[in-house]
Amino acid sequence: MAELRESLSLYRLLIAARVRAQLQYRTSFAIETVAAFLVSFLDFVAILVIFSNVPQLGTWSVAQVALLYALATLSFAFTDLVIGHLDGFPALIRDGNFDLMLVRPKGTLFQVITGDFQLRRLGRVAQALLVLGYALNTLAIDWTPDRALVLALTVPSGVLIYGSVWVAVICIAFWTVEGREAANAFTYGGAFLAQYPMNIFDRWLRRFLGYFVPMAFIAYFPALHVLGKTDPLGLPAVLQVASPVVALAAAVVASTVWRFAVRHYQSAGG
Amino acid sequence: MRLDALRLDWELARRGYARYAAYPAATIAGVFVNTVFGFMRAFILLALFEQRDHIAGYDASATVTYVWLGQALIMTIYIFGWQDLALRIRSGDIAGDLIRPVHPLRASLAFDLGRALYHAIYRGLPPLLVGALVFRLVLPADPLEWLAFVISVGLAIVVSYGFRAIYNIVAFWTTDHRGAMFLGAVAVNLFSGFIVPVAFFPDWLAALAHATPFPSMVQLPIDIFIGRATGGEVLGTLAVQLVWAVVLLVIAERLFAFGVRRLVVQGG
Repeated sequence: MAELRESLSLYRLLIAARVRAQLQYRTSFAIETVAAFLVSFLDFVAILVIFSNVPQLGTWSVAQVALLYALATLSFAFTDLVIGHLDGFPALIRDGNFDLMLVRPKGTLFQVITGDFQLRRLGRVAQALLVLGYALNTLAIDWTPDRALVLALTVPSGVLIYGSVWVAVICIAFWTVEGREAANAFTYGGAFLAQYPMNIFDRWLRRFLGYFVPMAFIAYFPALHVLGKTDPLGLPAVLQVASPVVALAAAVVASTVWRFAVRHYQSAGG
Repeated sequence: MRLDALRLDWELARRGYARYAAYPAATIAGVFVNTVFGFMRAFILLALFEQRDHIAGYDASATVTYVWLGQALIMTIYIFGWQDLALRIRSGDIAGDLIRPVHPLRASLAFDLGRALYHAIYRGLPPLLVGALVFRLVLPADPLEWLAFVISVGLAIVVSYGFRAIYNIVAFWTTDHRGAMFLGAVAVNLFSGFIVPVAFFPDWLAALAHATPFPSMVQLPIDIFIGRATGGEVLGTLAVQLVWAVVLLVIAERLFAFGVRRLVVQGG
């Protein structure tokens, strides 16, 4: 417990330093935050253009898809804020800097995670919040305590799922630095998939990226429960409230994969 | 003399090709990602055709073909952004380029054409082939249409280079060029017709898109491939692309000249 408290205070200290550094360049920070907002907004523009041609997408209305989009994007945006720089992790391996982390008295994953914190990614958070506001305002949700609870737990579970997937797939860098882009199919690909209703995708893609890589638990299942909507896939209703459990399981898998990868890491020396 | 210059362009293009051919594992990983996204985008747009047979002249086959061609163009024209030139300006390496007997933009264009050829073949064709195996795609019947498509993609690469050069040259005025790059990439993604076909846009947005060079990078080559542009329209389409290519290259060259005038490189 004392160790956890120490880690948390160290985390706060390191991240505060990164944030202070970024705020020194105010114009850059402002432009990049706006750019992050717009980049993120593009995905929603695509949804709006789609719905300017059809009233429904696989039985989902525009406001319902907006809810999926907002939940998925909000979870992804927070994950990206905290660990998005994992994309640069393979460079640590290539340059031999990972070796330094192995000799320091803190966990390797902790050191990698505290390596950066891109505040500009708040632009994406802001965009997702706007769409969430639109969705909740437009949908006449019949609020019950369980629905509110499911909604409240959706984003924290989503962050844990995305984060776990990100950590697990970036471990590919321990074996091939060059092929690290393959991880994007799961991180960015998963984030894209989760913005849409699962039932429009073919069964094999749903099984692979929806359930095995549990992207369906980011927004699709919890949204069904919050909306009181019949699952077009006819899957058991218990899945709609299972996101927190799935998230914890994903975290266990990810930390196992990370430890396995670190144990098999062979430095190139230098 | 002119022949010498062309010979140099050719050598630079070969280096551009070789530079990217050196990392086969990166290519395989990239193809995997582009293919996974291709499937997702195809299923999303196919869901529209559960309710309608045609949207703005597209049927399901044409739409799926559009998706896979778009995936094939991602790296070929660097839809998500490019910053090589900006990084050379920021680091001061551009000073070395300036003392060489070839204009830096010309050298970088030649290099980029070689690179684009590599990406068109190794990042573009594999996802397209996977798409063609799984879905029923619309293929041009006439060899002339294939030829027009290849020319159109070539022009798309030059148009995209012109625009990429412009947002990179911003680095002469600001040490942080990334904002300009992100904004440029947003414009390309939306208005080129990459994320959704321009024909699916509401009328006002489609009109706005067609007033920009962006459809010349993605939508126009695809229109030729899927047969939305036929006969004389094909020539008109290629002419539009050619005009944008020239206009953007001239703007880039002018901006570059302004930038060089205020360039200060420290040390050496």
